[in-house]
This record gives sequence, structure tokens and C-alpha cells, in this order.
Amino acid sequence: MALLEVKNLQVRVEEREILHGLSLTVNKGEVHAIMGPNGSGKSTLSHVIAGKPGYEVTGGEILFKGENLLEMSPDQRSSKGVFLAFQYPVEIPGVATMTFLRTALNAQRKARGESEFSTPDFLKKVREVAARLNIPQDMLRRGVNVGFSGGEKKRNEVLQMALFEPSLCILDEMDSGLDIDALRVAADGVNALRSPERAMVVITHYQRLLNYIVPDVVHVMSKGRVVKSGGKELALELEASGYAQFEDAA
Amino acid sequence: MNLVLAKNETGRALSDLLAVAGDRLPGAGAIADARRQAFDAYQRAGLPNRRVEDWKYTDLRVLMRDVLPLAATPDAAALTRAGRALKPHAIEGVRRLVLVDGAFAPDLSDVAGLEKGLGIRTLRKTMEAGDAPQAQLFAPDTSDAMVALNSAMMTDGLVIEVADGTVLSQPIHIVHIASGAVPAAMFTRSLLRLGKSAGATLVESYIAAEGAKTYQVHDSLVVSIGDNARLDHVRLVEDSREAFNISSAVVSLGAHAHFNTFGMTSGASVSRYQAVIAFAGEGSQVETNGVNLLNGRQHADTTLFLDHAVPNCASREIFRAVIDDRGHSVFQGRIIVRPKAQKTDAKMMTRALLLSDEAEADNKPELEIFADDVTCGHGATTGALDEGLLFYLRARGLSEKEAQALLIQAFVGEAIEQIASDSLRELAISAAERWLAARS
Repeated sequence: MALLEVKNLQVRVEEREILHGLSLTVNKGEVHAIMGPNGSGKSTLSHVIAGKPGYEVTGGEILFKGENLLEMSPDQRSSKGVFLAFQYPVEIPGVATMTFLRTALNAQRKARGESEFSTPDFLKKVREVAARLNIPQDMLRRGVNVGFSGGEKKRNEVLQMALFEPSLCILDEMDSGLDIDALRVAADGVNALRSPERAMVVITHYQRLLNYIVPDVVHVMSKGRVVKSGGKELALELEASGYAQFEDAA
Repeated sequence: MNLVLAKNETGRALSDLLAVAGDRLPGAGAIADARRQAFDAYQRAGLPNRRVEDWKYTDLRVLMRDVLPLAATPDAAALTRAGRALKPHAIEGVRRLVLVDGAFAPDLSDVAGLEKGLGIRTLRKTMEAGDAPQAQLFAPDTSDAMVALNSAMMTDGLVIEVADGTVLSQPIHIVHIASGAVPAAMFTRSLLRLGKSAGATLVESYIAAEGAKTYQVHDSLVVSIGDNARLDHVRLVEDSREAFNISSAVVSLGAHAHFNTFGMTSGASVSRYQAVIAFAGEGSQVETNGVNLLNGRQHADTTLFLDHAVPNCASREIFRAVIDDRGHSVFQGRIIVRPKAQKTDAKMMTRALLLSDEAEADNKPELEIFADDVTCGHGATTGALDEGLLFYLRARGLSEKEAQALLIQAFVGEAIEQIASDSLRELAISAAERWLAARS
């Protein structure tokens, strides 16, 4: 069974159709890249998979481990193993990062009928992952993402990915707003999480990110559909020739 | 016509009550005269209504309609019920003073072994002895009808004196408990005087025995903080959801004094806390912060009046309201900077969070500045929980209620974190958590 199956998905936002019958199959262990010009519907796809309100699914379905994802609340999806790394992680003043991480982790575990992490185990795990991602301890004591740089925010997303151990990671434009050093640190963090049991969907406008997170499959999206799929060389081809040819094709 | 009728009915009901209460009200001579004058003032005004500017958003003729009869002196059964209610609200390491149905309950209180420099008497005994200055007993200005009513009817309370130079090692916890056997009203007043360079912590809790019927708390607090003295104060209104709580405070500060006060209202059906805080000496500082946590059809009104009468004083007000269902929160913050009060530094910020379409928040900041060399500012906002933040938390596995709870805690945390001591802050956090747990 595929981990994620998106079949003929049609999505509207305020009367405007954004996705017009998109299909995508992701198996565990695979890293897929979704590339496409601005407005092609890449972020909409990631939001609909995560369950963000404001999108109306008018047709098609999304199966996750064989279950109908569209019937689940965002928190149910999360505890089932769907993780969206946000393009713009939000700042939450007054909620300490540590409190947030522990509340989220325990909420997911509780939903799965698992025991809560003990405080020492939790702290040990957070510290270990934070050290690997170059996240200083004082950042964990501050409000969630408050005053973090772009790179720190993305590292905080990767930190959560490492803690929550999801089976599907969707990285929405992880490279936006990052300089090359910050990108490398974040990408190294992501690469460390690649595993035969986990799949990733990397959404990006630019080929650059794919130098660091090398995909197994590349899809090109245009006007709300996948118009071409291929191996990692497709990304290089796009870098050379641009998206214009696909916009015509769509 | 209807209004006149309502006023007369209220007045008559109270006359009967006063006549019945008669000898149950302590104090003779000048005290009895002062009661009579206060009562006349109340009768002239009647229950405050929307046409009284200070009470515009809290129309007691509509919300409360009538004043209930004076509560009976608690019997053994009432004291037992009160004792049970007290347990979950008992705080470690404090000197506890309990008022049950408006009467001091020695068996539930801790009056033995007073430390040097601390004096505690009940208001009833003080009035019966007739040796307290009239000016102190009747310090609150009776131009407010509910203060006048309280002055007329006060039956008991605590009179606490902290001598010059005494810094109390233990916080004082005054607990108001309604035993709630029958619908009734309790009228209490407590006086706290801190001498020069004294220090004290006062916690006030308002709670009810399980299954308490409708009741009314009419309370007042008169505080005088001497030069170089400091008072930390926390009040937690966790009355039953059938209750009315009308409380007033009058606080005056000497020179270089410090008053840090925090109030949280999560209980009662209708409540009003009105405080007048006056600077009488230079170089003093006040932080007055508060939180309303409301749902159902709760109505809570916090009305603060900061009187900067002298130069070089600072005041800070941070107020937060969280309102769900058809709850109604009122915050009125008035700051007056009198002509001589140069170098005043006064700031007020109030924010309301509406959790439902029918929730209502009224924020009324008022600054009246008559001095020219001052720093004053205020701000008020009202809004809903941020959808983007909620989605982020839900995408991380928190249910809708859990996500809301975390954001609500952060929102009220901005006011709670102004409480100076860790243990008092924990009290406020626990009260907020009880409210959050009850709504999920």
C-alpha cells in the first residue's frame, strides 16, 4: 500500500479552483520533490494534506496509509504521522518552546494510545536533537519562534520533525528566506531523518534545495496539476529551461 | 414610572432588612449614626443603573434587581460545609482568616501566635469596642451607592495592623465562603494598615460551599500603605455561578511606597470590583493587573481609578479578558493626573479575547491629565484567537480545546507574570487552569 495517495484532487478557495484533478502517489522511504512556478498550487496541496481550514475539496480523495485523510481533523492527521513543515512558522508569544514541544508530543502520543514521555527522557531527547541542529538551549526557553531568525525558525521545524517522528514530512518551501549556510544546516537535519519507514515531500520553487536534499522523484506542477514526473535529473532540466514549457503544456 | 417603582421596591425591601437586622449590626452611637447616613445615601440613589456613568455597563437594576436579606450567622452545619469548600483553596504557609456568610469563623482561622508587629481583630469586635477612628472605618466615599450600602450594612471583616518596620514573614489569606443554605447577602469590610517601612502580602479568595444557592457578596477593603512600605495583593473571585460579588477597595499610598495588586475573576454570575488607588506621597509605585475569565452568561466588571495627586509616582495597569459564550467583560480604567503631579508616569493596557460571536467586551480607558510634564499612555484591543496560530498548534497534534487553552494561557500570562512572587503567581495560574479545565 502506498503511504500517501492523492487521487484526482480538486480544491477551491473562495469560489476559485486551485487544484484541478491532481494525483500523486508516495511510498514510504521515498523523497519526492514538487516543483512549479508561483501560483501552481504547491502550497495549496500541502495545506490540504495537513488540514488547514479555508480550502474546499470539491472532488477526489487523499488516502494516508489507506485511510481517508480528508475526514480527519488536523490534530488527528498529526498523530497519525503527517507533519507539515511550514513555509512561514508562526511566532507564539507567551508559550515557551519547551512547553509547546512537550504538549504537542504528549498530545500526539495520547491520541495514539501511547504513554506520555517522561520529563527526563523528553529533555534528553530535545537536548540531543537541538545540539545536532545547532539550536542553543536559550532558544528553547523563549516563546515559540519569537525573535528567531528565518534559519532558526526552519531549524525549529526540523527539530519538531525529529521529535515527533512522523511517517510523512511535507516541507513547504523550506528554502525561502534562508541563506546558503542556514539552508545547509536545515537540509542536513532533514537528511538525517531520511529512513526506509519515512517519506518526504519537498515543495520548492528552486532547484537549489534539491542539491542538499536529493529526491528520488521530481514532479512538475502547473496550473493545479502534476504535468510531468521524472528522476532527479528533471530538476536540473528545469533549472536550465524554466517552467514556461510546462505552462504551455498545461 | 417603572424605574421609580423599582427603586421604591428596592428601598422598601432594604428598609425591612435593616429593621430586621437592627441589633445584629455592630456598633452604637456615632457608628450607628454613620450607618444611618450611609443608608440614606444608598436609598436616595437606589441600585446603580445604566444612567449612572460609572455603572453604565453594569446595570444592577437589571442584573441584580434586588438586595437579598442579610445572611444568618452561620450554624455548625454551615461551618462544616464551609470547611469542606475551603480544602481545595487552602494555601500552604499562610495565616488564614475565614469569613463564612460574612461572619468571622475562628475555628477555620489561624489567629494564634501572631508575630511581633502584627495585630488582627475582627471588624465586629472593633465596632463593638468603638475605639477605631471613624475616619478609618468609613473611609470609602459613600457617593457610590454600593459603597454606601456596604457602609450601612457591614457586619464583620478583619482589621489588620502591621506596625512600623514590620515585614510579615507569612502572607495573610482572607477567605470569603458562602455556605449557601438559603439565598442571602453578606456585607463585609476589612481594613489593612501598613506602617512605615512595613511589608505584607494579602490574598483574598471568594468561594462557595458545594451546591450553594444564590447569594450576594458585598465587600470592601480599606488599605493604607505607609511611607516606604510595600503591599503585594492578589484577589481571586471563584464564587459560585449563581453568585453576585460587588467589591470595592480604597487604597492610599504614602511616600516611596509600593503596591502590587492582581485580581482574577473566573467565578460569580455578576461581579464588580471597583478600586480607588490614591497616591498621597511622592516616589511611590503601583502595579495593578487583572484577568477576567468568563463564559456562559457571566458578567464581570473591573473599574479602576488611579489618582495621581502628587509628583513623581508611577502606575502600570495590565488587564486581560477572555470571554466565551455570552459572557460580558467590562474594564474601566480611569487615571487622573492632578495639576501638582508632575513627572507622573502612568500606563494602562487592556486587551480582550473573544471566543464566541456573542461574547462582549467593553473597554473604557479614561485619562484626565492636568499636569504638563508627565508620561501617560493607554491602549485597548479586542480580538479573536489567531487562526494561524491555532492551525499551527493543531497541525502539531493539539486538539482545538488544547490549542485554545495554550493560547489563552499565553494571553492571560502577560498579566499574571506581573505578580511579583512565584508562589502568588502559581495561585493565579492554578485558578486560570481550573477555569480552562472546566470549559473543556
